[in-house]
Amino acid sequence: MERVGGMIARIGMAMAGKRSPWGKPAAPEGEQAPPPPSGEEAPKGPRNPWLPGGTPPERPRRSASIEDIFRSRGPEGPRRRTGGPGGPPRFRLPQRPGGGSWLPFALAGIVAVGLIVTSVHQVGPKEQGIVTTFGKYSRTLQPGLNFTGPWPFQNVEVTDVTSIRSEKIPSGAGEKLILTGDQNLVDLSYIVRWNIKDLQLYKFQLAEPDETLREVAEAAMRASVAEQGLDSVLSGAGRATIEQRVHTRMQAVLDAYRAGVLVQGVEIDKTDPPERVVEAFKDVSAAQQDADADINRAEAYAQQLLARAQGDASEFNQIYEEYRMAPEVTRRRLYYETMESVLSKTDKTIVEADGVTPYLPLPEVRRRAQQPQLQTQPQAGQ
Amino acid sequence: MEAVWQKYRMAIIAVVLLAVAALSSIVIVPETQQAVVVRTGEPVRVINRFRPDVPFGETGAGMVARIPFLEQVQFVDKRVLDLDMERQQVLSNDQQRLQVDAYARFRIIDPVAMVRNAGTEENLRSQLAPILNSVLRQELGRRSFASLLTAERGTAMANIRQTLDQQARQYGAQVIDVRIKRADLPEGTPLQAAYTRMETDREQEAATIRAQGQRDAQIIRATAEANAARTYAEAYGKDPEFYDFFRAMQSYRRTFENGEGSSSIILSPDNDYLRQFRDGNR
Repeated sequence: MERVGGMIARIGMAMAGKRSPWGKPAAPEGEQAPPPPSGEEAPKGPRNPWLPGGTPPERPRRSASIEDIFRSRGPEGPRRRTGGPGGPPRFRLPQRPGGGSWLPFALAGIVAVGLIVTSVHQVGPKEQGIVTTFGKYSRTLQPGLNFTGPWPFQNVEVTDVTSIRSEKIPSGAGEKLILTGDQNLVDLSYIVRWNIKDLQLYKFQLAEPDETLREVAEAAMRASVAEQGLDSVLSGAGRATIEQRVHTRMQAVLDAYRAGVLVQGVEIDKTDPPERVVEAFKDVSAAQQDADADINRAEAYAQQLLARAQGDASEFNQIYEEYRMAPEVTRRRLYYETMESVLSKTDKTIVEADGVTPYLPLPEVRRRAQQPQLQTQPQAGQ
Repeated sequence: MEAVWQKYRMAIIAVVLLAVAALSSIVIVPETQQAVVVRTGEPVRVINRFRPDVPFGETGAGMVARIPFLEQVQFVDKRVLDLDMERQQVLSNDQQRLQVDAYARFRIIDPVAMVRNAGTEENLRSQLAPILNSVLRQELGRRSFASLLTAERGTAMANIRQTLDQQARQYGAQVIDVRIKRADLPEGTPLQAAYTRMETDREQEAATIRAQGQRDAQIIRATAEANAARTYAEAYGKDPEFYDFFRAMQSYRRTFENGEGSSSIILSPDNDYLRQFRDGNR
């Protein structure tokens, strides 16, 4: 890098003549450069315009040099004349007392820190770690502080083992229809709770353990639902059976795959009839309500009827007791009282003489019948 | 730095070359992979081949030597792999359609056969998928729709697994399990028909419940009426003649007094009520 840079510089200078137009001395001995011959005015053409014209520079124009500007900007400077690799002069490491570089020591320090960091592992209380030596399984780390070989040799993968993960199936909010044993459809969603039983198996046996778990759950759920009728799926009792069966099935299949997964439980979240027919299902419960309402009304009517019958019977019985004591008097009394009460409130016409033609003033009667109504109406309006 | 380079140039170059040589003669086989070493196009040995019941750490995984440049290493997955089938319609033997989503789980147990006959895992999958499809159709097509849904699926699945396994062995794969993930009614007419059936089923249930409710209500009313009649009969039966009179009196009151509309009564002087009126006049 240095050499290349130096070469470029030399080429550049060769092209620009002895005095570089960028104000760089052509050689270390540039300050003692002989004054340019008078015929060499042309190469001075691209002179620095920020300098007073005419006078050729006596010494390197440090303040105006583009190179200086670049140099002060950092590693992008066009030339790196001194210093270690990767650093421009300004950013050089401090020198050791002997004049040597600190760089090897810094590198060694970084490597040492890396080794320590990659060989000490803290495993949390819920976690376990798998140690592989060049890809080969060597041991499982238990919770606590653990030491292993450093990184390129031993690799550690720490996984949360005991905390229970739950998988909601289906994951989306959409309708997921499952066929029941009586060929009806039910919209069903459920949650599978599981954790890792054996980390080695979980890591090394299945290509996609999580995906496998979902698929196994799905297959087990559908098989279990297909064993039940729609009504028992929708009811509580059938649900418990299904949950139990799915759990057993899933665990059996996963064990057969040696998945290293322990299914903790399966919970059915909701079982609904499909949206298309949900109205019909609601109508069934509405029908139950209607039937209950009918029965209630009939009961009410029956109670009324019985109560009235009992009341009437009781009334009759009591009066009849009295009547038996004094039949004639009671009978006449009842008769007169009734007649009195009735006739006192009605219009009475008594037609006595045989010669009088009974004339019924029917319009009169009707008018009188209407009058009280007309009178009462404004009162009702108030 | 330059001085170091100048001084140890040869040594540094030698070290780098050695490192390259060492790295290219070492292969790291992870626990999850099997490696087939191919020497000039010919598979010569298998590293970390799958064997059941060998605990991890003793399977041969890890750092393995090979001859650089001459031997190529091809990795083959050692884990249980999945083969997902696209959804497809299956016709049962009673001509019902069912939309089936199945999956198979397999493992490569003979990596050499797999490398020879299939090449890559992707290739193997694309070879096995049509076989699974046709086996599934054949096996499920022999069964009735209802039995596809129920427990009999178990034997069908075992048959499918067996047939697929036979085919897969030539690719060095062992089929562990085949399962139906989903079995749905196809969209369109079958689904609509199922909906309609469910709907009518429920409608029938609702109508039955309502009718039963009405029936029960009617029975309740009739029973009550019968009871009331008995109560009346028991009371009034003691003296029908007095009942007639008593009830007539009640009826007059209700009709003339409390009934709607005003009443006019035209009495004949012969009326019994006016008996005393008439007699006094005499």
